[in-house]
Amino acid sequence: MLEAINLECVRGERRLFTNLGFRLTPHMLLEVRGANGSGKTSLLRMLCGLLFTAAGKITWNGTEIGVLNEEYRAQIAYLGHLSAVKDELSALENLLFAARLAATSGDTAEVAAALRWFGLEDFRHQPCKTLSQGQRRRVALARLRLAAGRPLWILDEPFTALDTSAVQLVQSLLESHLRAGGMAVLTTHQEVPVAAHSTQRIELKS
Amino acid sequence: MNSPSLPDALRCVLWRDLLVAMRRRADVFTTLVFFVIVVSLFPLGVGPELKLLRTMAPGVVWVAALLASMLALNRLFAGDYADGALEQLVLAPQPLSLLVLAKIAAHWLTTGLPLVIVAPLLGLQFDLPAEALRILVASLLLGTPVLSLIGAIGAALTLGLRGGGALLSLLVLPLYVPVLIFGAGAVEASASGLGAGAHLSLLGAFLLVALVFAPWATAVALRISVE
Repeated sequence: MLEAINLECVRGERRLFTNLGFRLTPHMLLEVRGANGSGKTSLLRMLCGLLFTAAGKITWNGTEIGVLNEEYRAQIAYLGHLSAVKDELSALENLLFAARLAATSGDTAEVAAALRWFGLEDFRHQPCKTLSQGQRRRVALARLRLAAGRPLWILDEPFTALDTSAVQLVQSLLESHLRAGGMAVLTTHQEVPVAAHSTQRIELKS
Repeated sequence: MNSPSLPDALRCVLWRDLLVAMRRRADVFTTLVFFVIVVSLFPLGVGPELKLLRTMAPGVVWVAALLASMLALNRLFAGDYADGALEQLVLAPQPLSLLVLAKIAAHWLTTGLPLVIVAPLLGLQFDLPAEALRILVASLLLGTPVLSLIGAIGAALTLGLRGGGALLSLLVLPLYVPVLIFGAGAVEASASGLGAGAHLSLLGAFLLVALVFAPWATAVALRISVE
């Protein structure tokens, strides 16, 4: 269970949000909405532990995430604005390395299957610099296909640069993750309905 | 889910970086060619006086190695920072300092080790005797990893800053001084008949200390940089 208590975020001189709190339990989806610059990405990075909180705390099953450290990082899968796809490596290599580093499941067969699922089978040996923006995003998202064992998914605008068929793939991936007892935090500007046991919405005001 | 396996993750980081370096060979060669050119400029500029060349050889090779390894430092984290791989590295369920150590090792293998390998050839230009060449290689072998380790701290601190390159050299070069003194000193000491043992032991000590502290300091700096 992920709980945020009285979170406050200050970037530069501006206070982006204050007194923000929520509780996320299995099967639950949290949608973070707000205008550009309202602190959505900052909030998500805080939840990962990439960004320090100005005030308040974030706990995982009752313990602060800063204390759990590596133990907490083994529970999450994060997808940021930057896709962490290396130009010089092929899609297959990228995904293999990502899976091994994150210690999610992913031997060569599983990785190939994840790429096939995202429609990248024919491109899997091409260096990623030759892929289109959307295809590179698909490579990044294929990581989620291997991260079924991670209970908490934190996704920053997962639907950008994707075509409708890829949006549906991510949508179904998210839904099956939530059905299996996972949790997800998500920012998006698109109206993509994700069926969840329960959905919370946070609207950040700028 | 697989249990997070540390050796697997370290091997993965090492291999990935080596593979990326292999595919961007131009970068590796730039460092090496820079080193070769800088060292070769001295005999041309100073003239073919053998005695003079022999005395200045260790210093010249070491200064060139310092500059060449500094030239390559920018690349250590910049690529990962730009494409987001650094975030994933920080979020990996393993101790960041060890993952950083694997990155530094890969960096040294692609930038430091080539310098060590060509150094004896360059030493010949200066008419260094075989014994001095041997000590030169030994001192570089112990010293260049220290340069990579110390440099990594600077590279992590200046990550994402505008004009970070110049700042990096100001930050890192003073810290390189002890390595330079004992590295070049080792060759001079052996030439003057004192034996290079003491200098090499000190370089070894630097290496051990840097191995313990530099990855940790780099990891702290990286966490601040990705924020």
